[in-house]
Amino acid sequence: MAIIVDALVQLGQLLLVLALAPLLTGYVRKLKARLLRRQGPDLIQPYRDLHKLLRKEVVLADNASWIFRAAPYVIFATTWVAAALVPTFATGLAFSPAADLIAIVALLGSARFMLALAGLDVGTSFGGIGSSREMMIASLAEPALLMIAFTLSLLAGSTQLSSVATFMQGAGVGLRVSAALALVGLVMVAIAENARIPVDNPATHLELTMVHEAMILEYSGRHLAVIEAASSLKLLLYLSVIGCVFTPWGVAVAGQDFAAYAISVPVYVLKLAVGGFVLAVFETVIAKMRVFRVSEFLGAALMLGLLAALLLFVSRGG
Amino acid sequence: MAVEVVLWCIAVLLATAPAAVAGARRTATTILVYAIALVVSTIALATVAWALVMDAGLAQTLRLPIGLPWLGAHFRLDPLAAAFLAVVNLGGATTSLYGLGYGRHEAEPARVLPFFPAFLAGMNLVVLADDAFTFLLSWEFMSLTSWALVMAHHRQPGNARAGYIYLLMASFGTLSLLLSFGLLAGPAGGYAFDAIRNSQLSITAASAVLALALLGAGSKAGLVPLHVWLPLAHPAAPSHVSALMSGVMTKVAVYGFVRIVFDLMGPPAWWSGGVVLLFGGASAVLGVLHALMEHDLKRLLAYHTVENIGIIFIGLGLGLAFAANDMRGPAALATTAALFHVFNHSLFKSLLFFGSGAVLTATGERDMERLGGLIHGMPFTAFAFLIGSAAISALPPFNGFVSEWLTFQAILLSPQLPQWVMKFLVPAVGGLLALSAALAAACFVKAFGITFLGRARTSAAHEAREADKFSLTAMFALVFLCFVAGVLPGYFIDALAPVVQGLVNAQMPRQAAFAWFTIVPIAESRSSYNGLLLFILIAVAASLAAYVIHRWASHATRHSAAWDCGFPDANPATQYTAGSFAQPIRRVFGTMVFRAREEIQMPPPGDPRPARLHVHLHDILWDVLYAPVARTVGVTADVLNRVQFLTIRGYLTLVFSALVALLVILAVWQ
Repeated sequence: MAIIVDALVQLGQLLLVLALAPLLTGYVRKLKARLLRRQGPDLIQPYRDLHKLLRKEVVLADNASWIFRAAPYVIFATTWVAAALVPTFATGLAFSPAADLIAIVALLGSARFMLALAGLDVGTSFGGIGSSREMMIASLAEPALLMIAFTLSLLAGSTQLSSVATFMQGAGVGLRVSAALALVGLVMVAIAENARIPVDNPATHLELTMVHEAMILEYSGRHLAVIEAASSLKLLLYLSVIGCVFTPWGVAVAGQDFAAYAISVPVYVLKLAVGGFVLAVFETVIAKMRVFRVSEFLGAALMLGLLAALLLFVSRGG
Repeated sequence: MAVEVVLWCIAVLLATAPAAVAGARRTATTILVYAIALVVSTIALATVAWALVMDAGLAQTLRLPIGLPWLGAHFRLDPLAAAFLAVVNLGGATTSLYGLGYGRHEAEPARVLPFFPAFLAGMNLVVLADDAFTFLLSWEFMSLTSWALVMAHHRQPGNARAGYIYLLMASFGTLSLLLSFGLLAGPAGGYAFDAIRNSQLSITAASAVLALALLGAGSKAGLVPLHVWLPLAHPAAPSHVSALMSGVMTKVAVYGFVRIVFDLMGPPAWWSGGVVLLFGGASAVLGVLHALMEHDLKRLLAYHTVENIGIIFIGLGLGLAFAANDMRGPAALATTAALFHVFNHSLFKSLLFFGSGAVLTATGERDMERLGGLIHGMPFTAFAFLIGSAAISALPPFNGFVSEWLTFQAILLSPQLPQWVMKFLVPAVGGLLALSAALAAACFVKAFGITFLGRARTSAAHEAREADKFSLTAMFALVFLCFVAGVLPGYFIDALAPVVQGLVNAQMPRQAAFAWFTIVPIAESRSSYNGLLLFILIAVAASLAAYVIHRWASHATRHSAAWDCGFPDANPATQYTAGSFAQPIRRVFGTMVFRAREEIQMPPPGDPRPARLHVHLHDILWDVLYAPVARTVGVTADVLNRVQFLTIRGYLTLVFSALVALLVILAVWQ
C-alpha cells in the first residue's frame, strides 16, 4: 500500500511541477512588470506562448545535426526528472532514492552540457559566446553548490533531500548562522544557474551580455517550446530546493493521511509565490553586472558555503 | 591456475615482438600482431576477471628460476593484481581491436609492431611481479617499450624532445622507486614482497618510502608537478598507443603506488593521506585548466589524464586518512571510489583517444582550430566521442559520474576525522574536485563542440569520412561498457570488494543486496544513487515529450540558412574557436594560474594590416621547478666540459687525487 501511495505522490509531483512551472515564470514576469509600473502580460501568458510555439513550424539551420534536434528533448527530460526528485509538497517520493542533491545537480549538468553543445552546433558566433559563458558560470557555480551540499550534509547527516527536509522539520534545528549563510549562497547560485539578473537577463535579445538566450538563438517552433518549458522547470526546481531545505514546514511526510496532502499542496504553491516575489523584487532593484564580474559574485557564494561549513565545525568544537 | 595462464599470455606477447620485426613491412603482419594481441589479452582478461569474481581469497604465487640467482622471479595473483590486470588487458584487447583497423594507416609499422606486444607484456608483468627486482625490471621494460612507441614518428617536430623528456622523467621515476624498495627491504635485503610485508618500518623510513613512492609512481602516473612529460609524450605516440599509455599505463603507475603504500608499507600515518590529497587536488584542477587552454585534441586528452589521476589520488588519499584513523567504512568507500575511477578512466580515456585517432586518420589534423563539422561526415565516431565526453565530464547516467559521486560521498564523511588539519583540508579538496568536474564539462563541450559540431573550418574537415569497422567496433564496445558501468555500478563495486578488503580490511555494503540496483555508499538514509532508474526515467520522459509533440504539435520543418541574429556570415572563420571558447575561463582562472596575458596589436586607421591578438601563457611549474634544474645541469656541463680537454698529466693527477680523496673519506668514515 505504501508503495502505491509513494508512486501516486511521485506521479502527482511529476504532473504538478510540469503544470506549475510556466505559471511561476508568468507570475515572476507579471510581478516585475507591476514593480516597474507596467501592466505586464497575463499570468497564463507563458502557456499561451508554449501553445503558440508548438503550432509553429521549425526553421532548421542547414548545418544543424541530430544533436540540435535531440537536445531539446534531452534537456527537457533531464530537467523534468530532476525537478520530480526534489520533495515539493511531500517527502515520500517513490523515486527519491535514485538521486541525492549531488546527483540532481549533476543531472542539471547533463542538461547544460547538451544545451551548450546545441549552442555550438549550428556554427554561429552567438551560439558560441553563449555556450562559452554558460560553461564558465557553471564552473564557478558548481563548487559553490557542493560547499552548500557539504554544509547541509554536516547539519542533517545526509545529502538525500527527503532526509534533509525531515531533519529540518525537526525541533532540534533552531536558527543557525551556517544555515543562513548556506541559504544566501544557494540563492546566489540559483540566480546564476537560472540566468537571472544580475548574472544574465532572461528578457534580452541582441545584446552581447546575454548567455542563455544566445545559446537558444537558433531554436524555433516546438524545439523552442520544449526548451522554454525546461527553463521554467529549472527555476521551479531551484525554488523548490530552497523551499524544501530551508522552509520545510507543511511538507507532507510519507504515511500521513489525505488531509496532509490537501494542506501541503497549497502550502507549496504559497512558498513558490513568496519565492517568486522575492526574486522579482531582487531583479527589479539590482542592475545587471558585467560578465567578468560574475566570478566575484559566485566566488562570494563559494566563500559563504565554505564559511558555513567552517562555522559548523567551530560551533560543534570538532 | 590463473597466474600460469596469464604468464603464458605474457610469453606469447613477448614472443610476438621479435617475430614482428621480421615481417613488419607486410600488411598481413600488422593484422597478425594485433590479432594475436587481441586474442591473448582477451584470454588474460577472462582469466583474471573469472579469478577475481569467483575466488575472494585469491592468492596464487609462482616462482620462476630466472632473474637474480638467489631470488628468482616471484609472481603473485591476488585480488589487487587481478583487478589491475583486468584493466590492463581490457585496455589491451580494445586497443588491439582498434589497431586492426587503425594500424593499417601506419606509415612506419616496423617502429610500432614489435614494441606494441612488448609494451602490453611489460604492463602485465609489473602488475604480476611479487618481488622488487622483477617489479623494477618490468617497470623499466614498460617504460622503455613505451618510449620506443613515443619515438615511432620521431621525425615529426617536437616528438624527439617529447621522447627525451619522457626518458628523463621515466629514469627519475624508476630511481625513486628503486630507492623506495631499498628502504622497504631494509638492511636485511629481503626483496620478495612477502618479506617486505612482514618487516617493520620506522616512522622516518615510512615517510621516506611514501615520498619516494609518490615521486616514482606519481611521475609515471602524471601527478602534478611531475606531469610535464605526459602531455608531450602521450600525444606523440600513434593514437592507439596513446590510448594505452593514457588509459592503462598511468593505471599501472597507480597500481605501483597502491601496492607500495597500502600493501607493503604497513599501517599509514594520518598525515600521509593529507599529502596524497593535496597532490591529487592540485593535479585535478591544474590538469583540467591546462586542458582548457589546449587546442591540440590529443594533448587536451593527455592533460585530462593528469586531472583524472588527480581524482584517483584524492580517493586514495582519503582512503589512507580514514584507514589511519581506523574508520573502516569510509576507508572502504574512498578506496573503492578510487579503484572504480581507475577502471572508468581506462574506459573513457581509451575511447576518447580512439576517437581522436579516427579524426586524425580522416583529416590528418589534431588541431581543433582546423576541424569542425565532423559530425556530418563521421556520425558514429561523433556519437562515440560524445558518450566518452559525457562520461569523463562526470555526467549521469554514465560511469564517470558514479566514481566521482562516490568520491564526493567519501569527502562528505571527512568531518568525522579527528585531526583538525584534515577537517579543513578535505572540504577544500572537495571544492577543488567539484571545480575540476565542472571545468571538465566545459573542456569537453569545447573538445566535442569545436571538433565535431559547427561548420568545417578546412577542406580536410569537410571531406572527412567515417572510420573503419574495427575502429568503430572498438569504440562502441567501450561506449557500451561506459554505459553499463554507469547504470549498473553495483556489480563493479561488488567485484572490487575483495580488493578493497585486502587493502583497508573492510568493504562497502554489498550492493547486490539493495533493491532495484540502487547503490548505497554507507546507509540508505544518508545517500543513494540509481543510474539505471535515472536513465529509464530520462528515456521515458524524453520519448513521452517527443511522442506528445509529434502527435499533437506541428510537424512542419523548414530548412534555411542559420539566423545568427540576422547577421549570418558564410565564412566558417566567424565561428567560435577553441581559443575563444576558453577565453572567459582563461580570464577568470588563467590570469592567476598561467599569468595569462592578452596582447592586442591594432594597426592605426588607414593601415591595411590585420589586427592581431596574442595570448601569452606561462607554465609556472615549469619555470619554477624544471627550468632551474635544466639551467643548473647546463651550467655544470659547461664547466665540466673543460675536463674533457686535459693533457695526459692532468688526467693522471685527477685520477690520483680522486683515489686519495676517496681513501681519506673511507678512513675518516671508519
